[in-house]
Amino acid sequence: MRDFAYHRADDAAGAVALVAADPDARFLGGGTNLVDHLKLGITSPGTLVDVSRLPLDQVEELPDGGLRVGTNVRNSDLAAHPAVRRDFPGVARALLAGASGQIRHQATTGGNLLQRTRCVYFQDVTTPCNKRDPGSGCSALEGYGRYNAVLGLSEACVTTHPSDLAVALAAADATVVVLGPEGERRIPLVDLHRLPGHHPERDTVLEHGDLITAVQLPASAVARNATYRKARDRASYAFALVSVAAGLELDGEVVRDVRIAWGGVAHKPWRALLAEEALRGAVLTEDAVREAASAELAAATVTAQTAYKVDMVRNLTALALTRLAEGTGR
Amino acid sequence: MSEQSPDEVVPEVVAPQVMGRHLDRQDGVEKVTGEATYAVEHPVEGDLLHAWLVTSTVARGRVVRVDASAALEHPGVEAVLDHESAPRLADTEDRELAVLQDDRIGFRGQVVALVLATSSEAAREGAALVAVHQDAEAHEAAFAPGSATYAPEEVNAGAETDTVDGDPTAALAAAPVVVDAVYETPHEYNSPMEPHAATALWDGERLTLHDSTQGVHPVRATLAPLLGLEPEQVRVLAPYVGGGFGSKGLPHAPEVAVALAALSVPGRPVRLAVTRQQMFALTGYRTATRSRVRLGAEPDGRLVALRHDAESQTSRIKEFAEQTATAARMMYAAPHRATTHRVAELDVAVPSWMRAPGEMPGMYAHEVAMDELAVATGVDPIDLRVRNEPEVDPETGNPFNDRRLVECLHRGAELFGWAERPEGVRARAEGDWWVGTGVASATYPMLWMPGNGARVRSVEGGRYEVAIGAVDIGTGARTVLLQVASDALGCPPEAIDLLVADSELPFATVAGGSSGTSSWGTAIAAAAQQFRADHGEHPDPGVATTATSGQYADMSGHSLHSFGAVFAETHVHRWTGEVRVERLLGVYSVGRVINPTTARSQLLGGLVMGLSAALHEEGWRDPRFGHTVTQDLATYHVAAHADVRDLRAEWLEEEDHLSTPMGSRGIGEIGIVGTAAAIANATHHATGVRVRSLPVTADHFLDLPALAPEPAGKA
Repeated sequence: MRDFAYHRADDAAGAVALVAADPDARFLGGGTNLVDHLKLGITSPGTLVDVSRLPLDQVEELPDGGLRVGTNVRNSDLAAHPAVRRDFPGVARALLAGASGQIRHQATTGGNLLQRTRCVYFQDVTTPCNKRDPGSGCSALEGYGRYNAVLGLSEACVTTHPSDLAVALAAADATVVVLGPEGERRIPLVDLHRLPGHHPERDTVLEHGDLITAVQLPASAVARNATYRKARDRASYAFALVSVAAGLELDGEVVRDVRIAWGGVAHKPWRALLAEEALRGAVLTEDAVREAASAELAAATVTAQTAYKVDMVRNLTALALTRLAEGTGR
Repeated sequence: MSEQSPDEVVPEVVAPQVMGRHLDRQDGVEKVTGEATYAVEHPVEGDLLHAWLVTSTVARGRVVRVDASAALEHPGVEAVLDHESAPRLADTEDRELAVLQDDRIGFRGQVVALVLATSSEAAREGAALVAVHQDAEAHEAAFAPGSATYAPEEVNAGAETDTVDGDPTAALAAAPVVVDAVYETPHEYNSPMEPHAATALWDGERLTLHDSTQGVHPVRATLAPLLGLEPEQVRVLAPYVGGGFGSKGLPHAPEVAVALAALSVPGRPVRLAVTRQQMFALTGYRTATRSRVRLGAEPDGRLVALRHDAESQTSRIKEFAEQTATAARMMYAAPHRATTHRVAELDVAVPSWMRAPGEMPGMYAHEVAMDELAVATGVDPIDLRVRNEPEVDPETGNPFNDRRLVECLHRGAELFGWAERPEGVRARAEGDWWVGTGVASATYPMLWMPGNGARVRSVEGGRYEVAIGAVDIGTGARTVLLQVASDALGCPPEAIDLLVADSELPFATVAGGSSGTSSWGTAIAAAAQQFRADHGEHPDPGVATTATSGQYADMSGHSLHSFGAVFAETHVHRWTGEVRVERLLGVYSVGRVINPTTARSQLLGGLVMGLSAALHEEGWRDPRFGHTVTQDLATYHVAAHADVRDLRAEWLEEEDHLSTPMGSRGIGEIGIVGTAAAIANATHHATGVRVRSLPVTADHFLDLPALAPEPAGKA
């Protein structure tokens, strides 16, 4: 590890100013991902600005029933929060499906969203990786691919975003509050992460110096009747093979509103808008869900190693929504 | 003090008083309170240096130049050794151990330089700053069907490469029922909790190595001649070891590297901790295996012929030939039998021992094939195995010591509720899960290693000191050997100080091959009995006897083996294909269990490791680069707590006085044998899908195919 300067920020604006002024500076949150990267040589910033002690650690219940989650709320605290469990059960379940107890105690809300891929080539500095070293090539394209993307991938990068929380937030219509050098702005969660395109080195639309300060969750019927299901070979402490965040509001048997987001399939949490559209106004049946998922998956690009994901995510979506319809899915 | 000269002594049977009963793990408190010092925690005097390994990033080629200039400018970095500057070894024939002796690169991840610095952080950063200019040559790293193979002279543990009895080709052609399938296991990595690590000090005359090893004397025996030293000039200690699973059974490159580093800085202690990622290249692994198993049987399931043709791969720089097919030689009766081993030589890291080498991958193949035969013949899997029990060891013709496989199967069936098992596949569901059960046999040979010695000394106050160089790698050997010594001397364990894990103590063989307790315990029994013969029941303080144990085990007259039966209930998710092992039971015949607490841990640990191999473990080598890319515990998955649910191990009451004077046999490895097969067989029973390549992952069970109306016999 190289020597670096360490600053503990006193307030968010000061932290933003420090990082914005120094291209070689990075924010440090819970450190559960960045510290690994320092050890592995993936990144070697000259300055770390520690924002983990900023007082952005409250879950605030808003007058309209929504929540404002400070960026420093730890994953374990957010999962256990009564309002989250009551009004956003999909978010709580996603959090508990991620990492381990120890890591959830340490990891922050904003940091969770900004964690980087666990692609084995990204993490191994002796192999080419466009995300780590732009222009060096993508080793995963023809290499180890069990966790690779099937949607929205590019020749430059075929990896997936690892967060469970981000998938549930995508389905919950969350908004990210960002403080930048120019002031505060709001970004819909679904627009925070990018598809790789020609620039897989950029995970998100954030600019250098942008700090996530909060995540806002609007209350809704689809957020309240929501779930998160994650498939994995190991029963815990494993990234998703695929995952589904789903929310459902029914009018009798007819879908009044629905949310579907997928994890483990793309470079970002994949909001399945085509599938949602196909289901709105339809009678909710297993077959209808499968058909809707298939419409979304028509654009999938698979290899021998990833072909299973199409079937798995379709099945898991059908399971999640049919159980929500039965009232047994939360 | 008087001291007997070491003589070979064959001990008498030891009567059990303390053996067979619970005794608290002797080092439990030190371990759970953090007092136990592991290899790089050992306090040192002097100006400590930290070493960090720099490894090759090509799979085959030459080191053109090592440019250490940037590293040497980094604060704290004191020296960089490379193949030109490192001290010379006296012997470079073993190319795995010929560290920094020439410019050849034999695999990706090979040690090509070593950085010495005043802190671990500086050493690591220094290593990142060393520029190694390499000339890459074309390499071959894929172990694929059709890879060129050769027949090794012998396979691991000195077993024969090929065997044939009768005319298996003709018998298979004529057999009414034939199973013929290929089974594969992936590269698997031992991954002990404590990475390989050592602290070394060369004082100008003597090398002292605090090592993380399964055998202090084996390390000394390998290192001393390599370094051009007399054995007395090398002292190896390993008081606490955080697991080995075979990967610390033989010295690997890091031990040579730290010794060379110490030689280059006389008087200064050097610490080296291998990173988890480096372990995937430098500290051994279980090679992938590919087994074609052919079983020919009568319609009632009785075997008439069996063939097990096994392939594995090794490094071009050093041969390791996994003895995958040896269990097939003695497991079941069949008049016509053949086994072969073939090895592919690749430009890859050197494979080595991993818990139950040979038996683990071999019995996976064999016991899944037996399940396929059960399906093909419609015979219950337990009955099938019972019908194929041999009268004597089919390989040697010798009688078995006490082959109780059938009792293990029947006792397990009773405990497990096997009688309620539906015969057909995909016959039971619970909620979203298909439920199935499976069984497999387990076996492991009783191994005894010659040459072990022990010393017994009387001390003031009616106490005794018992000394042997044996290493407790976390198994409980310290505790179990104390129990043996207690019964052999006829005094309570509290009256004994047991000294272990130091090459200054009497010679001890490796903690491997499930041979430790058998071999060391026999030596302790020999020394204790000889001590009593020499000095009586009331010895003067200070008198001592050192004895080397002669061969007690009747290895020529009998075929000495342990057996077991493993039962698994697996649930396979109907929507996602995820596999969970809800119940896992092993019933074993392992001779006398000396300490039920530590023994249960060994058996449960073996079962868990077998479960882990069944469902998770897969070293994925990228043949373009030549190394395993799933090279940390985030991507090389081992079972987590949530994967292990209802887990149980039992054993039959017995004593085996053909094997050891304690009546025991080894227990370290048998728990992993057969376990993956039982789980794979259970997933077949749950779903009707037969997975023949480990690990058994969710993608195999998505959208299950329609079932054939009758289970079809295979041709």
